[in-house]
Parts: sequence; C-alpha cells; structure tokens
Amino acid sequence: MAEEKKQEFWRWTESNWANPDVDWKRARFITVGIDVGSVSSQAVIMADGEIYAYGNMRTGSDSPNSARNALSFALEKTDMKEGRIDYCIGTGYGRVNVPFANRSITEIACHARGANFIYGPEVRTVLDVGGQDIKAIQCDEKGKVTNFLMNDKCAAGTGRGMEVFADLLGVPVTEVGDRSFQVDKEPDAVSSTCVVYAKSEATGLLRKGWSINDVLAAYCRAMAERIYSLLERIGVTPAFAMTGGMAKNKGVVNRLVPMVGLEAAKTMWDTQIAGAAGAALFGHALCLRGKGK
Amino acid sequence: MITAGIDCGAKNTKTVIMKNGKIIGKGKVLTGFDQNQAILESFESACRSAVISGDQVETICGTGSGKDSVKKAIPRTRELVNDLKAMGKAAHYFFPGARTVADVGAEEGRAAKLDEMGNTLDFAVNEKCAAGAGAFIEAMSRALDTELNDLGPMALQSDTEIPMNAQCAIFAESEVVGLIHAKTKKEDISKAIHDAMAGRIVSMIRSIGVNEDVVMIGGVAHNPGFVAAMKKQLGIEAIHIPGEPDYGMAVGAAVAAGELAS
Repeated sequence: MAEEKKQEFWRWTESNWANPDVDWKRARFITVGIDVGSVSSQAVIMADGEIYAYGNMRTGSDSPNSARNALSFALEKTDMKEGRIDYCIGTGYGRVNVPFANRSITEIACHARGANFIYGPEVRTVLDVGGQDIKAIQCDEKGKVTNFLMNDKCAAGTGRGMEVFADLLGVPVTEVGDRSFQVDKEPDAVSSTCVVYAKSEATGLLRKGWSINDVLAAYCRAMAERIYSLLERIGVTPAFAMTGGMAKNKGVVNRLVPMVGLEAAKTMWDTQIAGAAGAALFGHALCLRGKGK
Repeated sequence: MITAGIDCGAKNTKTVIMKNGKIIGKGKVLTGFDQNQAILESFESACRSAVISGDQVETICGTGSGKDSVKKAIPRTRELVNDLKAMGKAAHYFFPGARTVADVGAEEGRAAKLDEMGNTLDFAVNEKCAAGAGAFIEAMSRALDTELNDLGPMALQSDTEIPMNAQCAIFAESEVVGLIHAKTKKEDISKAIHDAMAGRIVSMIRSIGVNEDVVMIGGVAHNPGFVAAMKKQLGIEAIHIPGEPDYGMAVGAAVAAGELAS
C-alpha cells in the first residue's frame, strides 16, 4: 500500500515537438507564446505564424521557472537559440511571471485565438477545461472573443478534480477515459457540485461493491454535467471546439458531446497548446504591424 | 414523558433521550455507509445511557441529512423534522435568548434567524460545497498532516493574518502545501484555514442579519479556533455554544417530539 501511494496517478504525459519541415532560419519573425497555467505550462514557438515547436510540461511551484522550463523544453527539439526570438507573449494564470516576455495577454483572448488557429475559423464556441478553471468562450471568425463565462472558484469539473480522482482510485489519469467505458451499464453521476463530496460518495460506492470502472464512469459523468452547466449558460454556437487538458479525456468528452448535441471539432494538435499558440499568434500580428523589437 | 430525537448526519448519527424536557441519555456513532445500522446503534446506546429500554420511549423524531433512513430503521418514528426547525428548537432549548443560530456540520452549514419562540424567520443554507462545512477543515488537517482535534487549538497560538486565495477545499489543499513549502508556521496556516472557513459561515449569517444572542451548534462548534475566528469576524463578544454542540440537532428533534406528544 505504501508503495502504491508513491505512484503519481495524476501525472499526465509531458511532451515536446518540433516540425522538421519548417525552416526557421528563413523566417521573418519568430514569436513565442508562453501559457503558464496553474497545473501545466506550455511554450509555442512560431515561425511567421506557423507552429514550429512546442513544449508542454507541468507547472512547478514558481511561475518564472515554469515559464523558462517550458521554453527550454520546446527549444530542446530545435537548433534555435533563445536570442533569435523576436517577440514573446505570456498568458495564463501566471502570465505576469514570465520574466522574459515582452508583454502579457489574458488567457481568454489567447485560447479563442489559438482555437481559431488549431481548429479553423469556423469555431464559434471554445470550451477550455484547464487544471483549475473552466472557460466557455464565444468568438468570431477571427478568433476574437465576443462573450465568455468562467469558473475558477471551484474544482468540480476541472483537471485538478480529475487528478484527485485518479489518485483516489489509483488509476493513471491517462487511462481514466478508456476505463470509464468498460462498464456493464452506465451508472448515475456522483455529486457534480463538489469534488470533496464526490470523493466521499465514491468511497461509499466502492464499499458497496462498485468496481473502480463504475466509479470512474459515475465521476466522468458528473464532470461532464458540471462542465455542461457552464456551457448551457452561455449557449453553444457551432462549430464547437475544446481546448486544454480535459479535451484529451474521452471519459468526459464523450459524455459531454451528447449533452451539447454537437460534435466536438477535431485537431491534429495537442489541445493543451491552444493558449500558448494564441499568444504566439498575437506576437506575430504585433511584429507584422512593426510593434516588435 | 420520554421522547427521542435522532439526527442522522453525514459523519455521525446522534440520539438524545429526553424525559419531561430534560436530557437523560445520549448516544453517538459514526454514520459510515449503513445509515440504518448507525441509527439503531445510536438509539440503543442512548437508551443504555438513560438506563431505559427502547420501548419506554413514547415519541421519536428524526432529522439530519439522513432523516429518511430514521423512518426506515425505526418505523414507529412519529415525524421527520426539517433541519431548520430542529436547529431553531435546539437553540431555543439551550439559550432562550437565541435570535441567530448557526449549525455547522460535516457536510452542511446553515444559519437561521429566530423569533423568541425559536421559530425560523429567515435562513441560509450551504449543502453543496465543502468550503463552508466541516469537511473543509478535515481536508486541511490532512494537508497539514495534523490531527483534526489539534488544528483548532493550534490556530489560537497564532495572531498572524495570512489570507487564503482559494475558496475550494481542493484548491486550498494545494495552497496549504505551498505554504508549508514556503516554511510558513503550522500555527499560522491553521489560523488562515479557520479564518477562511469562518468567513464563509459569517457571510451566510450576515445575509440574514446578525442578531444577538448568536448560538452555534454542530460538530464544528467544538473547534475553538473556528469559534474564535467567528467571534472576531462577527464583531461580537460571545457566541453561545451548548456543552455538546454536536448533539444540537438531535436535541431539537427530541424537543419537537415532546411538543407532538403533549
């Protein structure tokens, strides 16, 4: 048991990537977006408004280091030096703590802009489910925010809430989605209002003989219900796209989609980089207008 | 005349036996996952402490979040008493001057404004979020790796004010871990925890008005750190607390049973 405790079930896969086909040396502007979230941090490097490289990792205990680490992680995959960067924009919860950023922009604006880029200009509703908040954003064809709603006070429905459950049930967070569908019958949701109460409810269900997969299904449903309650308030206009880490969790997404009644847009990109990509695009636009350095 | 009040709560189930308006027996067991069993056990234990047999109890009333199970476990239960009614009766029983009562239990927090008979005039309830209930302090005691019962006295040893940013218990746990890493004294963290939790109950009380005497019942009233923070934030000299505040709701139900029987 003590050994089991040491395993960190919440730990999702960190990643970095670079596109070998992009010739950054010939690019006019290299811009960087750094999204320092409460749980994860991303750096996206763009060459003339195209994604060249990115790094996605867990946020440490202090934001300035997390920003630096994410950028170094992205640069690791490239032969570029930091000095080549023309403009850098910080965003996210820790955006004021990106010491090398030229400026900062709110994550609402960046997520809308980033979703417009990675999913295409037809996106009108962006749902970003991050580590410690949920944002429902409406935007126009340029990715400009027209309206938004946010919950950042409560863990219900957030990535942190999912991590707590992965730890409680001893299931790696990356397996939660698949396992939540390995049930004979879809159970009713547990409490969708409070993670603490959902936890005590889940412990009770396990003692009653529910399987771990049943409890995961009941929790994923509760998360989807909670997230949908925010979307419902702002209304969903197609196309509908999800960003943030939760977009990778099938257990929640596949239960949320029927509630919304619209398919979620697909992308080849890592959904966690949307905010940083949006920031890098804002940087690119500023450079084009001659406002870079 | 002998009556019983059974309060089936989220964490504990409590029974109080009353004879002609005087408490003669009490019993408390962990609710666990079998409410029926907890109800029967607490009732039996209360009867033993009153040195009577269960049959001698004429009228039984149930209350608390698990009140429906009281009727199932003991079918002759006369009535299920609304939580707000039970807390009003309890406050009035212990302190007839009570005009405001707060009941803070494991998973619920409530505040009510009372008339001179203990009837509810207005109320505010939180049963959806752990941030305004005992579960918050419990979660924090785990994060601080401190016994729940030691946490309140520990808070009294600090006069440093550290604001907690997080409202949610889950986020507050991370914040507490952050404070530990920053080498903040445990006493100061403990005070911050109680101040934050008291703030939420106080804003609930303010929404219905602060009218003295203020009475507090429920298990969290045992916690001196919490009570001190409440007094300070309400700006009042005294909060009246019965000897065993966790039995408050059960007393209220037993009083209601007495009124039904007479």
